[in-house]
Amino acid sequence: MNRKHLLRAATAATVVLGVTGLSACSAAKTSSSSGSSGGSEAVTIAVPSWVGAEANAAVAKYILENELHTKVKLTQLDESVAFDALNSGKANVILEDWGGAPKKVKLYVDDKKSIISGGGLGVTGHIGWYIPKYLADEHPDITDYKNLNKYASLFKTAESGSKGQLLEGSPSYTTNDDALIKNLKLNLKTVYAGSEAAQITQIKESYKSKKPFISYWWTPQWLNSQLDLVEVKLPEYKKGCDSDPKKVACGYAQTPLQKYLGAGFAKNNPKAAQFLKNFNWTNAQQNEVAAMIADQKMSSDKAAEKWVKANPDVWKAWLPK
Amino acid sequence: MSAVVTPASPPTPAEPAEEKVSAAPRAWLRHPVVRRLWPLAVAAVVLVPLAALLWGSGAWPSALSVDVKTPLDDTYTWIVRNRDTNPVFLYGLLHLSNWADGSVSWVTDLLESLGWSPVIAAAVLLSWRIGGLRDRRGLKLAGITFAAFTVCGLLGMWQATMETLALMAVAVAVSAVIGGALGLGAGLSDRFERVLRPVLDTMQIMPAFAYLLPLVLLFDVGVPSALIATIIYAAPPMARLTALGLRGADQGVMEAAESLGTSPVQRLLTARLPLARKEILLGLNQTIMMALSMVTIASVIGAGGLGEEVFHALSILDVGGALAAGIPIVLLAVWLDRVTAAAGERLGEGAAPSGSSWLHGWRAWLLAVGSGTVLGAVGWQLLVADWPEAWNVDIASPVQSGVDWFTGHLAEGVPVLGGTRTWAGNFTIWVLDPIRSVLTGTPWWLLVLLVAALALLAGGWGAMCTAALAMAGVGVIGVWGHALDTLSQAIAGVAVTLVLGFIIGVAGARVPLLERILRPVLDTLQTLPQFIYLIPVVALFNVGRAPAVAAAVLYALPAVVRITMQGLRQVDPATLEAARSMGASTFQQIRQVQVPLARPALMLALNQGVVLVLAMVIVGGFVGSGALGYDVVYGLQKSQLGVGLTAGVAIVLLGLVLDRTTQRPNKGNGRH
Repeated sequence: MNRKHLLRAATAATVVLGVTGLSACSAAKTSSSSGSSGGSEAVTIAVPSWVGAEANAAVAKYILENELHTKVKLTQLDESVAFDALNSGKANVILEDWGGAPKKVKLYVDDKKSIISGGGLGVTGHIGWYIPKYLADEHPDITDYKNLNKYASLFKTAESGSKGQLLEGSPSYTTNDDALIKNLKLNLKTVYAGSEAAQITQIKESYKSKKPFISYWWTPQWLNSQLDLVEVKLPEYKKGCDSDPKKVACGYAQTPLQKYLGAGFAKNNPKAAQFLKNFNWTNAQQNEVAAMIADQKMSSDKAAEKWVKANPDVWKAWLPK
Repeated sequence: MSAVVTPASPPTPAEPAEEKVSAAPRAWLRHPVVRRLWPLAVAAVVLVPLAALLWGSGAWPSALSVDVKTPLDDTYTWIVRNRDTNPVFLYGLLHLSNWADGSVSWVTDLLESLGWSPVIAAAVLLSWRIGGLRDRRGLKLAGITFAAFTVCGLLGMWQATMETLALMAVAVAVSAVIGGALGLGAGLSDRFERVLRPVLDTMQIMPAFAYLLPLVLLFDVGVPSALIATIIYAAPPMARLTALGLRGADQGVMEAAESLGTSPVQRLLTARLPLARKEILLGLNQTIMMALSMVTIASVIGAGGLGEEVFHALSILDVGGALAAGIPIVLLAVWLDRVTAAAGERLGEGAAPSGSSWLHGWRAWLLAVGSGTVLGAVGWQLLVADWPEAWNVDIASPVQSGVDWFTGHLAEGVPVLGGTRTWAGNFTIWVLDPIRSVLTGTPWWLLVLLVAALALLAGGWGAMCTAALAMAGVGVIGVWGHALDTLSQAIAGVAVTLVLGFIIGVAGARVPLLERILRPVLDTLQTLPQFIYLIPVVALFNVGRAPAVAAAVLYALPAVVRITMQGLRQVDPATLEAARSMGASTFQQIRQVQVPLARPALMLALNQGVVLVLAMVIVGGFVGSGALGYDVVYGLQKSQLGVGLTAGVAIVLLGLVLDRTTQRPNKGNGRH
């Protein structure tokens, strides 16, 4: 009885392996057309883990599905991995790139030409050091980096020891802060929260108990509509002043966020590609949708629907002619 | 029996780990210990002054390290540039990748096109059949299955659950085949087993985050990489237990089979494998559990399913939403655990069940599948294929407010105790910082020597070589500083886990009611995705190393409690009764009878504590633990193969060091 079972199983395994083996004798297609990515009609949007990006994807998805009748799939991917996915065709578009993977842009966009630029998103990103407003009200001169050493002891935590703690976010975010602290001779120490969720939790908790803190932070960000944060003035950004990461001693640039499209996708699906290239909105508009998702805990589909219904004049201009 | 009442003799050295190691109840161990350490001491006397002269500071000298990061990064760039044209990819890996993609999406499509009611009906009937159609157990199992699947639907996670189930089905099937084949080899050949064992160890200790990036590189993002990562992590228990089952075959039966003139293949098929059925099934059970614990991690590279739901909810700080996606993972685990356990028990019973022939054998399977299809089709016709959205129950908002209340009230301002944030600060300053500064302040050669001495005491010369080489390896690959930081967190985490685990375990073993209450809590803690703790631990303990240790303790505690409880309960009741009749107090009973007799189980608990705490180092990287955890996360998110993989290897090496310095090699199984 048992032997019969085993023999049967062995036969089945041999057959399966044989079939797989036979099919392996030819070269595989480099990009999978089967399975989740669907036919040439479907669009796959890479969504990184922050809410602003989710707002972009949700609105693009809603319009693509309801106006252009294109199927859309969202897939959760971080910036760097998303470029690989665009190259292989597993994803078709990145809607919000902060320029954190310059090597991949050079490799895929400039050298291999497997990814093309989709133009700007219209949203301008800016990174800086931020403190809560109640702290700035209490010490008006704290908003200049030159005076930070005077207040460093306010930011002390168990993690930062004798220095003040500069809270950092996820390892994947662009930062020069260690070099900045060294080159501006500040009595601070970076402490990595390790993820955006941890960083926001920490900021929210500190804010709730009105504790002093200083954090690496950025706009656009949905949390900015909930908390009153003030930027600390760093030495002014000039073009090229951050080219050597070790010597950098200036603040962060205003970064117009970029879109990227898979080259193959743009060729095969020109209508959807044209729409995605036209997609362009402001910080305030993105924050409106992001706050609905993160703050009011709406599903991203509902939030997109609400925004799209309220702002037809904005998105009608994005549709391909 | 006389050894039982002899109190443990305290050893002389001051190291805490050494105390545990040499706290054996045998007083005669003292002399051999000194004798054992003698050659090492002589070597130290000769070498230490030399080393002190050459390298005075505590840090690992750069002259002795090898740059492994640059070649790894070069490899990465090469593969990225050539993967579209190289034959290895075109004729090999891409096929594998497409096959994985195809098979998982085939199962997903199948489950989704079936619709929810047939899936539930089929699952319930199959569980019933496995539990036994005429058995109360079978009915209970059917009830559990129905409840589990319905709750998944009610939480609004039906589709995500099906995606996860499909990935699990393929991953477990492939893991079982690969693990079974490896186990077969290891069970039949001693040499193969010796080669395989370190490979299996590495597969399990290596944090999945460290090999996700290489997998993404070879197989692209999405299902294929997720599938292969899951298989790497989940196959080892199958291999280990299959080998164990084959080796443990009753010698009498084997000899009888041989005397009947059977060929080796016949003996394997008719005697060895059937005798090992129970172990193989337990291996399958463990494989399923391991695979489920990879669900959230795999979603980082786009595997979708429940893991993605967890991650997405966390990115908007929605703990309630993350829990709603985490509960189906727990339920799937409970369901699969009970089903495989029931199958195992029935295998053990052996005797044919009574009753109509329709209730056992292949007819019963046919009946189960057939009626499942009919019922499901009827349900599909009457209702709808998609899970009705109106049935969804929102647990996210009440859970969220519960968590908010909890963190708001415990974090600060608790009278007398001060609140968890104060504790976290004090823990960092008074426990973590001192351990770290002692470790980093100690000259590297002294640390290597110390590790060697501890391993020599614990496990002999072989363990000493492995531990010392592993410790030195950490320096050679250039991550000495970060590794020591991580080591300090791991030591603190293991210590807290053991103290808490032993206390709870001892209490649970003595109070049956407590054990019954603890069981579901432990089940949940063990299978709930660890990422759900991220936000609550940060809210309670602030960003830093303290929340990382707290998360690690939460994760490792259930296993330690469980093993301790089991070990203490297996202590011979007669011995305990004897001690009680001699007037031993409760405390004396625990200290002098139960704990010494349960020592093997307690050592296993220690080992599991070490392994599980190290497994959480990466998750610690997400809440600010820094060091190796940060490196691995950074490597993955920034596509820096050099940083990520090196840190992953360092974690494996640390695991080896901790294991060899705390574990005694298995005695009495004939191998050295």
